[in-house]
Amino acid sequence: MAQPAATVPDESAVQAQTPKKELGPVFKVAAGPTKYLDDRLGIAGLGRPFLRKVFPDHWSFLLGEIALYSFIVLLLSGVFLTIWFKPSMAEIEYEGTYELLRGIQMSEAYASTLGLSFDIRGGLLLRQMHHWAAAVFVAAMLTHSLRIFFTGAFRKPREINWLIGVAMLTLGIINGFTGYSLPDDLLSGTGLRFVDGLIRSIPVIGTWAEFFTFAGEFPGELIIPRLYMVHILLVPALLLGLIAAHLALVVYHKHTQYAGPGRTEGNVVGFPVFPVYAAKAGGFFLIVFGVLTLMGATMQINPVWVFGPYNPAEVTAGSQPDWYMGFVEGGIRIMPNWESHIGSTTWSWNVAIPGLGLMGLFFGLMAIYPFVEAWVTGDKREHHVLDRPRNAPTRTAFGVAAITGYSLLMIGGGNDLVATQFDVSLNAVTNFLRVAVFVGPVIAFLVTKRICIGLQRADHDRLIHGAESGVIDRAPSGKYSERHRPVGPGEAFRLTEHDETPALLPVTDVDGMSVREIQGEQLRRRATRFFFIDTLRRPTRAELEEAAHHRAHGHDEIGADGEHHAIEAEEEHHLAK
Amino acid sequence: MSDDTSHSRPGTEVATVDEERYPVPDPGLEPHIPRLTDVDERAANRATRQVATFFGLVPLLSIGFVVVYFAVPGNVWVDFGPLRANTRNLLLGLTFGLALLFLGIGAVQWARKLMDDEEKIDYRHSAASSDDDKNYMLTELDKVVDESKLTRRKIIGRTLLAALATILLPMIAGLADLGPWPTKKKRAETIERTIWAPGIRVVQDVTFEPFKPEDIEIGQLINAEPANLQDLHGSEYQIEKAKAAVIVVRMDPNTIKIPPSRQDWQIGGILCYSKICTHVGCPISLWEQQTHHLLCPCHQSTFDLGDSGVVVFGPAKRALPQLPIALDAEGYIVAQRDFTVPVGPSYFERDSRDDYEVGDK
Repeated sequence: MAQPAATVPDESAVQAQTPKKELGPVFKVAAGPTKYLDDRLGIAGLGRPFLRKVFPDHWSFLLGEIALYSFIVLLLSGVFLTIWFKPSMAEIEYEGTYELLRGIQMSEAYASTLGLSFDIRGGLLLRQMHHWAAAVFVAAMLTHSLRIFFTGAFRKPREINWLIGVAMLTLGIINGFTGYSLPDDLLSGTGLRFVDGLIRSIPVIGTWAEFFTFAGEFPGELIIPRLYMVHILLVPALLLGLIAAHLALVVYHKHTQYAGPGRTEGNVVGFPVFPVYAAKAGGFFLIVFGVLTLMGATMQINPVWVFGPYNPAEVTAGSQPDWYMGFVEGGIRIMPNWESHIGSTTWSWNVAIPGLGLMGLFFGLMAIYPFVEAWVTGDKREHHVLDRPRNAPTRTAFGVAAITGYSLLMIGGGNDLVATQFDVSLNAVTNFLRVAVFVGPVIAFLVTKRICIGLQRADHDRLIHGAESGVIDRAPSGKYSERHRPVGPGEAFRLTEHDETPALLPVTDVDGMSVREIQGEQLRRRATRFFFIDTLRRPTRAELEEAAHHRAHGHDEIGADGEHHAIEAEEEHHLAK
Repeated sequence: MSDDTSHSRPGTEVATVDEERYPVPDPGLEPHIPRLTDVDERAANRATRQVATFFGLVPLLSIGFVVVYFAVPGNVWVDFGPLRANTRNLLLGLTFGLALLFLGIGAVQWARKLMDDEEKIDYRHSAASSDDDKNYMLTELDKVVDESKLTRRKIIGRTLLAALATILLPMIAGLADLGPWPTKKKRAETIERTIWAPGIRVVQDVTFEPFKPEDIEIGQLINAEPANLQDLHGSEYQIEKAKAAVIVVRMDPNTIKIPPSRQDWQIGGILCYSKICTHVGCPISLWEQQTHHLLCPCHQSTFDLGDSGVVVFGPAKRALPQLPIALDAEGYIVAQRDFTVPVGPSYFERDSRDDYEVGDK
């Protein structure tokens, strides 16, 4: 703080002693109850760190909030549904109000779902809200995880929170599946039939797992009560615990923030919880709740009465699971029919690899990525300023490759619809995808990496040459050039705040290292070259000063060969010892 | 967490911090730019009216919900072009959804337009504990170990570990009754047999009517079940139906391949196959008359019924099991016996050496 100048009159010292502000009427009314609570709970002390805690503002931080709020909507609407739903597979004859199914044999689970849809006022609304909220919940978690991934928010100290997130995503998908299996309609029964085949295919223990899951043969009479317990008790309890841990860690670490002037690794800039975030986040919860309600009112989802009760001898064409199972479904559909018959045993790779392997691969890769990257960079510092995706080209390329693979598998999950809607051969679609799921991600990786480096060059140009002003100068010789304006100090700082990790040459000074250590270090250094060798270096202080100097003397014509050579020559210095 | 302190930005003063790690000095936070509502009282009043209007609509919509709940009957439908919606469901959702939405929009608008929007700064501290805390924990934990006498009386620690490890055993063992154990005998009674038996009539799956060869035309496919399925109820019915479902097809005998070993499994081009896909067990039903292909709608495995049900495309590996059929005294189609191999998806203990493969006789 600057020292007050000597000329400040004495009155300012008097101003500092303004009388204590009179508290408003609400405070007076609340004083009694608050004192009662504080004497017993110490609420003032508990609330003190949170009342004015600062959170940064950015639209991409809302994705996780959507996940949280749709989970709350799931809990609320789910409680409503449990009041009438009967998780029983006992056969009854339907006598309800939906005339087309009267007199038909069905399970109590299906009959009570029809009852919820037709006889309970608001039942259909809540059923549809619940189903939409589940779809949105998983989608929001997935996009939130993409935001975290592409901005590098999983780096130290947040690796454990990333793992908690991966666990929640997995549990969310499992709970979605157990949920849409409950109504015991033809579609959900077909889904269970698929799960039965999937469990059976597990090598060695598959049949045991099947008999233990279904209490004997498929479908049996216990699977729906069991899934109900998993759906409304086991997984929600786990999710609630993980959400609490996830949010506690967000508070403890303080939220990450995007680069910008005044925003550093040492601070967090934003608005306080009260009043701004209480209104914004509370309001956003109500907006999410409201939108899900409007979706439940106007957008039909899972009309179980159209599908009819489950019948193990029937299936509808175009049977698709909920969207989040789509990539597994795609894997199952495009997998070649590999199966080994060894002695009297059957090894069903065609089901086990895509069915179990794909989920394991996806969530496994997600879980280990932060640790792989930390090992490659050897970085032990804390990171609170987010990366722009372009400044981590290899990470961004990995992410886009994963999205590409996921999307191609998702298309595979609807290969029959692709074939009928686009009038192409189903077999051609399947065969194409069998290749594309491997080639597509590689192409996406290479293209993304080049795009990122291109964007880095654009940033570099802005820093060195300045921003295009749109003003064209004509020299006496007739040569045209565009005038460039230097970027402001804030933007210059934002464009150069990111970290740089060098690509390392193989280690030569190996004194005192064991063979294992040398091998490990060489592998790590090779990985740094793969990750960082073609990342554009940000300009150094000297280069920026020189560019500024250069501009000051009027040599800022774009297209001047000398300057472009300067950029390329600089790339050759990437390798550091 | 308790030492968090907010520091509002000191005036409009901009602090430039130059750090070695950044090539450009940090110019500090941008000066706060007031919003229109900060400088124009009319704009602020307008924003206030907007917020109050959003909040003011909520009671109306909430009351509207209650009115709809009690007043609108459940059997009225409203059409929007090709769409058809239940009026009560629609109005309940619209009133409640808009009430929530307006409440939320009002709150967000209040925060965006009227609440102070000067950004504040919190300072971070490392996630790691202070050295003081670490040292305290280490010395005190050392004392804890001492005071517990664990290091002197090691047997306590060892037996405690053994006890804790084995206490899990009852919890795991208690799950052994999750389902019957699929021993060889149990499998033979369950997943390796169906209720097909010698002389059981093949009947249509909805009407349970038996049928004769002359009832089926060339190219026709009939979804069928064993006649004795009708005697079962509840879960037993579902379990047996999930295995016993079959399809009966009639093809021109001159256009199909029937291996010598299966010549007497069919009646003049009428063949009977399991309807349960050998991939993951969907009932297969999409029949291509001309090619004799049967397509599973779940994962598009395609079987050639003109060639003993072998797989021609898709993720399934094994041919569809064929049911040997014959005629009974009255001329109705009956099963000669149960399937020769287990139907449905693969499992580890399945002996798949007897399944039909291309080239078998």
